[in-house]
Amino acid sequence: MLENDLKFLEETFKQYYFDHFDFIHIPDRSLEREYGYKKFNSGMVRHISLKTDKDLHLMLMTNVPSDVFCSNAYYTFPNLPMAEKDWKEADLIFDIDAKDLNLSCRKDHTCVKCLSCGEVSLLHDTCPKCKSNKLDLLSLTCDNCISGVKKEVLNLIKILTNDLQIDDKNVRTSFSGNEGFHLYVANSSYNQLGSKERGDLIDYIMFRRVMPERFGFKKENPSRHTFPELDEAGWRGRVAKELFGSKSKRSKAITKIISDGKLAYQQILEGIGKNSIGIKIDPNVTVDIHRIFRLEGSLNSKSGLAKLACENIEKFNPYTETCLIDDSSVEVSANFPIEFRLKNTKFGPYTNEKVSVPKYAAAYMLCKGIASLA
Amino acid sequence: MISLGQDEIAKYPFLAEAGQYLKDKGFTLEQFATDPDLKIIVDKAYERIESAAEGKIYNPKADNSSEKDTVLPLNVFSFLIAIVLLKLSGLNTLINRFSLAEARRAEKFLERDLVSNSNKTSEEFAIKIFRDVFSVTIKKAGDYFVIPISDYLQHAVNFHELEWKLVNRHVENGMVFLSTHESARLIRKELGGYISSRIRAANTPSMSKGFEDKVNKLSELAKKFVVNTIVSTEYPPCIKHAIEELNSGENLPHFGRFMLATFLLGRGQTIEEIVPLFKNAPDWNEKVTRYQIKQISGETGSNTKYSCPSCDKIESHDMCFATPDCDNIINPMQFGKKRL
Repeated sequence: MLENDLKFLEETFKQYYFDHFDFIHIPDRSLEREYGYKKFNSGMVRHISLKTDKDLHLMLMTNVPSDVFCSNAYYTFPNLPMAEKDWKEADLIFDIDAKDLNLSCRKDHTCVKCLSCGEVSLLHDTCPKCKSNKLDLLSLTCDNCISGVKKEVLNLIKILTNDLQIDDKNVRTSFSGNEGFHLYVANSSYNQLGSKERGDLIDYIMFRRVMPERFGFKKENPSRHTFPELDEAGWRGRVAKELFGSKSKRSKAITKIISDGKLAYQQILEGIGKNSIGIKIDPNVTVDIHRIFRLEGSLNSKSGLAKLACENIEKFNPYTETCLIDDSSVEVSANFPIEFRLKNTKFGPYTNEKVSVPKYAAAYMLCKGIASLA
Repeated sequence: MISLGQDEIAKYPFLAEAGQYLKDKGFTLEQFATDPDLKIIVDKAYERIESAAEGKIYNPKADNSSEKDTVLPLNVFSFLIAIVLLKLSGLNTLINRFSLAEARRAEKFLERDLVSNSNKTSEEFAIKIFRDVFSVTIKKAGDYFVIPISDYLQHAVNFHELEWKLVNRHVENGMVFLSTHESARLIRKELGGYISSRIRAANTPSMSKGFEDKVNKLSELAKKFVVNTIVSTEYPPCIKHAIEELNSGENLPHFGRFMLATFLLGRGQTIEEIVPLFKNAPDWNEKVTRYQIKQISGETGSNTKYSCPSCDKIESHDMCFATPDCDNIINPMQFGKKRL
């Protein structure tokens, strides 16, 4: 990132934090948690311990981080190196990101940035300017992706509260600040689980590694009555709804499943797990019991949008509600071939042009790497 | 410690305080080494280890005595003396095999006790073992036992078979439903672990003349179980795939890179040999790569040497490309290892 752009983003982020101290707080049991932050153009600083909101705000003002994180784990000594921290337990965390949904709209709001010459262009395998194949994918705002992720979040909450019997009062949903949502489950009976056990929980939630026998196809002499009914609890019920649709279609569908054989049924189950009923969480996040997770109220340096909790996810509009940088006018030179929308305003496409845009849009473009200060 | 009756101590002898039991029955260890009348118990103890070593479950019914009062203590004594012999021999292979076989024996009793409708005490006792020894709360629900998901997961991860995965279980309202057999099976590994930890924690008595012969025989017995293995130099398909991805300039995800580095380090390659493999990666940076591999190798950072992730984990990251050559291994490091 260019020196001027970097300075601008640091000043903008600092101003945001100064104006919004009321949005950004230390979580419960702060003294048992590890904090960390990243600065623009630099690596991660972690193993920090903070006691009060004031300590946190001081850290934001003195270091002007690009991203701020806090552990979901609780330790006896959070500021010591990993091996000496003495892990106690970790809250369950989930990340659902639009990129993992592979929706068909994806190609319409994604462009590529060449890592060799910096050119931003429509989706290609090689850079149209210098032919390099070292490209970065850049995805811009998309309402369809956000509604897709919201659906996944609601389905995940159903599994957490029904199957896993987690109290919905303990589930906190927030927009991640880029193109996904985070779920944070505090104080559940799953807090003691290590990463191997969480791995099994992830396969459950994602509906992976399923056996056809469990879903009705017995090894020998498959019989109709072992297949799931629509009103059953858990995955059997969800599979029945997905495969049969209604009670009246069940019998016919089972006849076909039995005649196609067990292997075909296994492939069907794997297919619906991957493409429809399995919840598309990022397994790397949930499995990690030493992770530092983006702190609520902080800005995301991939976009300049804030990570904020949403009370009513269905009504929540992240591209207006988390766009909290001010709207004073900034001149940028922009070059990208597709549009994006923030606060109900359309920006782009731009072809190497100098434009005056509100500061929040300038920050978004600089964070995405599709514009520079003019 | 759970309080034990005569019946229970015979079924689950590893729950007894060994020294106290002998004392209560009016015996000393010395007597077993010297008294010719007690030699039969030392013989039984040896047999118990021998059958365990061969993977069989010790079946005390084989001796024709039907007198409960003599058979039960005999079973407990043979267990306790077996431990003395194992401690004197110091042979870990035999301790492990013995613990596993005793665990399987106890598992059979647990299973029987869980459904002994005629005998509520046995059922309650079995449930108590689950709770007090293994911290698993199980409850009866019709023909099934239910256990909280978080308890279930902590034990089920010891199994590699798909049927133990939570997704292949009847789950409802935070509980997992298990049959009696499955409930007992669930804690087999921990039973084995519990028994072996109790054996390891026990004091080693001083050698008595009367035990010497048996201890020497155990050393001979253990020799049978030394395994020689050869490892082929061929890479497993997941590793081959990762190398191909990197060579073709694809962006191998972080987990794939971690898997590759830990595997090659595990096979004895040096950091200098591994670093160049990553040079076609789209985000190639030699300094960063070297730093990360050094961290993984434990040379820098927290000095933790990371080991290659399990096949299970690799599969959950969609990076398993198993072929028949994998032969049901559970970690790529085992690929191509053959017993001689």
